[in-house]
This record gives sequence, structure tokens and C-alpha cells, in this order.
Amino acid sequence: MILQRIRFLKDKFISKLMLVFTLASVSLVFVIGIGLYYRSIPVLNKLSWFDLLTKSDWKPMKGLFGFYPFIMGTLWVTAIAIIIALPLSILTSLYLVEYAHAKIKRILIPFVNLLSGIPPVIYGVWGVLFIVPLIQEHIAPHFIEFSTGYSVLAGGIVLAIMIFPLIVSIITEVLTTIPQELKDASLSIGATKWETIKKVIIRKATPGIIAATVLAISRAFGETIAVLMVCGNNAVVPHSVFDTGYPLPALIANNYGEMMSIPLYDSALMFAALLLFIIILLFNIISRVILARLERNLTK
Amino acid sequence: MIKRKIEELFFKVLMILATIIVTGSFFLIVGTIFSKGIPYMNLDMITKIPGGGFYIGKEGGVLNAIIGSLYIACGATVLGLIISIPVAIYINMYIDGEKFKSNLIRLAFDVLFGIPSIVYGAFGFLIMVYFGIRASLLGGIIAVTLLVIPILVRTLDEVIRTVPGELRDAALSLGATRWEAAKVILRQIRPGIFTAILLSFGRGIGDVASVLFTAGFSDNIPTSLHEPAATLPLAIFFQLGSPVEEVQGRAYASALILTIVVLIITVLAELLIKKFSKHKI
Repeated sequence: MILQRIRFLKDKFISKLMLVFTLASVSLVFVIGIGLYYRSIPVLNKLSWFDLLTKSDWKPMKGLFGFYPFIMGTLWVTAIAIIIALPLSILTSLYLVEYAHAKIKRILIPFVNLLSGIPPVIYGVWGVLFIVPLIQEHIAPHFIEFSTGYSVLAGGIVLAIMIFPLIVSIITEVLTTIPQELKDASLSIGATKWETIKKVIIRKATPGIIAATVLAISRAFGETIAVLMVCGNNAVVPHSVFDTGYPLPALIANNYGEMMSIPLYDSALMFAALLLFIIILLFNIISRVILARLERNLTK
Repeated sequence: MIKRKIEELFFKVLMILATIIVTGSFFLIVGTIFSKGIPYMNLDMITKIPGGGFYIGKEGGVLNAIIGSLYIACGATVLGLIISIPVAIYINMYIDGEKFKSNLIRLAFDVLFGIPSIVYGAFGFLIMVYFGIRASLLGGIIAVTLLVIPILVRTLDEVIRTVPGELRDAALSLGATRWEAAKVILRQIRPGIFTAILLSFGRGIGDVASVLFTAGFSDNIPTSLHEPAATLPLAIFFQLGSPVEEVQGRAYASALILTIVVLIITVLAELLIKKFSKHKI
């Protein structure tokens, strides 16, 4: 009887302990947001959200913190990455799911997974060694007179490769869930395989593709070291793909050393982190909700 | 008719090209890292700490960074496991019936998984400032633990979900408490736990933005939790910018070491996942 009691007590105790662990780690979402906000209050008291986001003067010594160039830097790099990565990833996923032999698939998919395992800093080194010289010597000379190669384009290309695995894995998963009957119906009335893809599969997969894109954008937004190494880091709004850029995460990472010595500087950098956090949080929730809905429709 | 055939062919070629670019970029990256790193690889690199300062000194290797990385990745993975195994069990065993609750928790971890490491780094830094911890091995471990918890929880959750519900029901119907049933499940998913460990270790050893503020940097091997520690990614990042060729070479060699380590870990994890899904009942 007592033994029984102990077992139940143990179960109850462990369940409470687990609940604490779960709540603690889930509340991390809020704690991070609140912590970052709390630390950005000093700079928010001095400058309004609107000023911080739209002004382009970045003079920490004078207390001027305009994030506009950094936001534009982030947007340029992210946009370039998505423009490169999305079509390539969609085509790759279509090939892997609809055309490739099971054997080829078994060989190729692990390489996509391996790509996702490579650490960001290695992408950065590769960008410096390969992409930057490539742009400097072979791409930029066709368009402008001189470029060091360190540019938003370099950042965009490196980021594009970093988000390949993410987009490909989500889209292939979405594509494999499309019922075979739909494809068969289209093929049986004489459509070619590509016409089936164009008119049936793509249409069916659109929500999944959107979710993958949103998720990829948020990944690209927050990527730090790789873009920091290849973008040139100049606090000026870029006007062409060969201009240097200074994305937000790179700003945070690059100025850690000096931020404690200048008043409000650390607060401004924490505001940058808060900004990233909010945007990425929203994008993640949007894409996860779309994906969850897709999954639910499927199991119905 | 011919137009349709040409269109079909055109897009098929396009798809194959895209696939070649996507998978080929892996070989391009690894190839570049290997060809740059191998000339600088030698025994000193992995057995000695840098001589005369990491930024200018020409002598020595990156043992400090290798050890630092191992400490941080191991410490964070162990701490992460202690937190995430209970969470994964809780979601699946204790509130399994309450779909709304468990889905909300899963969403939270999906979101946490998407938060970039620089934000974890900044937040880890805030924690350290709050508790008065200086940039140290401990700080690095805290930041990386935060980073790997969502990876561990998501992987474990996925693995536990592959265990058939009958197993749990059978245990419960024999009079086992939920915790006793959970122990049965945990035994069943042992290879899955190992996969989670590998994934978390791989992420922890390679990430730089989270340790940039929190771990500091040192030429020496840390002997206590409160000493600053170097990590391989940090060593690559800092040494690459050096004007001295030998130091740059150390960065290339470190990149090679890190790439090899991470590739081995990823391949192992991949094989385990495959094996695991094969033995699924």
C-alpha cells in the first residue's frame, strides 16, 4: 500500500517538475522579448520608434541612432537571397519529387541535409574566398567600374545557399503529400508532366510554398556571421546590388566591443535585437500556422 | 503538340540544372574549405595553443579553440537534455489528450527554433549582466544551451511521436504510472535521443553569433567555468581578418577542422535517423 503511495507521489512530483521545465522553456519566448524591450527603454525614451526606424544618421557618439540604413541593408540582402533561392529550390524540389528516380533521390537528398549542417561561419569563409573574388573579378566589371566584391549581392548569394535546405525540405514534404489521384487525373486527360505540375501541383502546393518562403525570409533576416563577413558593413543605404550593405544582425555582432563605453549605445543595439526578434517571431508564427493548417487538412 | 513537348523538355532541363546547383553548392563549399585548409594543416594545429597572440603570433595551433568548442558544445548539450527530455515527455505523456495545450507548446518551440542565434547571444549577454557573470565558458554554455533547447525538444518530440501509442497504453493498463510508462518509452527511443544529441552538438559547436558576446576569447585552454574560452568558429572569425598570413592560415585550418567535425556529426545523425525509421514498429 505504502509502495503504491510512493509510486503515485513520485509520478505526481515528476509531473509537476516537468510542468515547471516546460513552462520555463516556453516562457523563454516572452522573457527574451521582455528582456530586450526592457534594455531598449533608454533609447526609446530619447527617440521615438518612428525616428529610430526611418532616420539614417548613425552617430552613436552624438546619440543619433537611425536604423534605416541597416534595415535597408537587411531587406536588400534578404530580397536577393529569396530571389535566387526560391526558384532554384522550387525547381529542385519538383525534380526530386516528381522526376527523380528513387535511387537518385536517395543519393541527392542527404547532400541537401549536409548543406544545412554546415555552420554559418564556414559559409562566411567560403563567401570571402569564393563569392567575393568572383563578384570582384567576373561579375561586377560587366556592370560597374569597380567593386571590391564585398556587397549585398555577395551576402545575398551566400544566404541563398544557406536557405536552400530549409526551403527544399519543406517544399518536398508538401509535394509528397499531394494525392497521387490528382496527378493521375491530370495525366490521364492528356496533360504532360510539366502541365500537370504547372496547373495542378503548383496550385495545390502554393500555401506550403508561401510558408516555406516566409520561414526562409525570417532565417535570412537573422543570419549574422556569414553576411557580416561578406557584405562590407558600411552604414549607407545600398542602391545597387554591388553596393556594400550593413544588415542589422551584423551591426549587433560588430559593435559589441565598444558598446559599453558609449551611453545609449548598448541600449540601441538591444533595440536592434528586439526589432529582429519581433519581426522573426511574427514571420515564424505566420508560417507555422499555415503549415499546421496544411497538416490538419491532410489528416482529415 | 511539339510546343508542349519542347516546354516539357525545357523545364525538365531547368529542374535538373537547379538540382545540380543546389546539391553542387555543397561540394563547392566543402571543396573550397578543403583546398584552402589542407596546406596549413599539421600536427601543431591540433596539439598546440597559439603562440604570441592569436591575432599576430605565427606559431602554434588552435588547441585552445578546439577544447573550448568541445566544452561549450558538450556542456550545452548536457544541460539542454536535462531540460528537454522532461519537456518532450510532458508534451507526449502528460497532456497528450489536450490537443490545444500541446499544440501551443509545440508552436512555441517551433518559434524558439526560428529565433536567430544573435538574439540568443544578446539575451544570454543580458542574463550575464543581470547575474554579474563575465564573458566566460559559463556564459557561452548558457547562451548555447538556450540555442539548442528548441532543437532537442523538437527532435525528441518527433521521435517520441513515432512510438506507437499502444506501447504506452499497454504499460498504463498494466497499472504503471505515467512516469513508469515514460521510462518504457525512453528506452524505446534511445537511438532517437542519440540523434538529438548529435544535432544539438553539431549546432552548438558551429555557432558563433551566440558565443560572440558571451564566451569571450582566450589563447589559453580554460581551466574553470569562469575563464573566457575560445571556440573554433570564433577562432575562424577573428583570425581570418589578420594581416599575417600564418594567422590567416590558422583560420583556414580551423575552418577545415570544424567542417570535418560537423560533417561527421551530420552524417552520423543522418544514418541514425535512417536506421531508426527502419526499426519503427
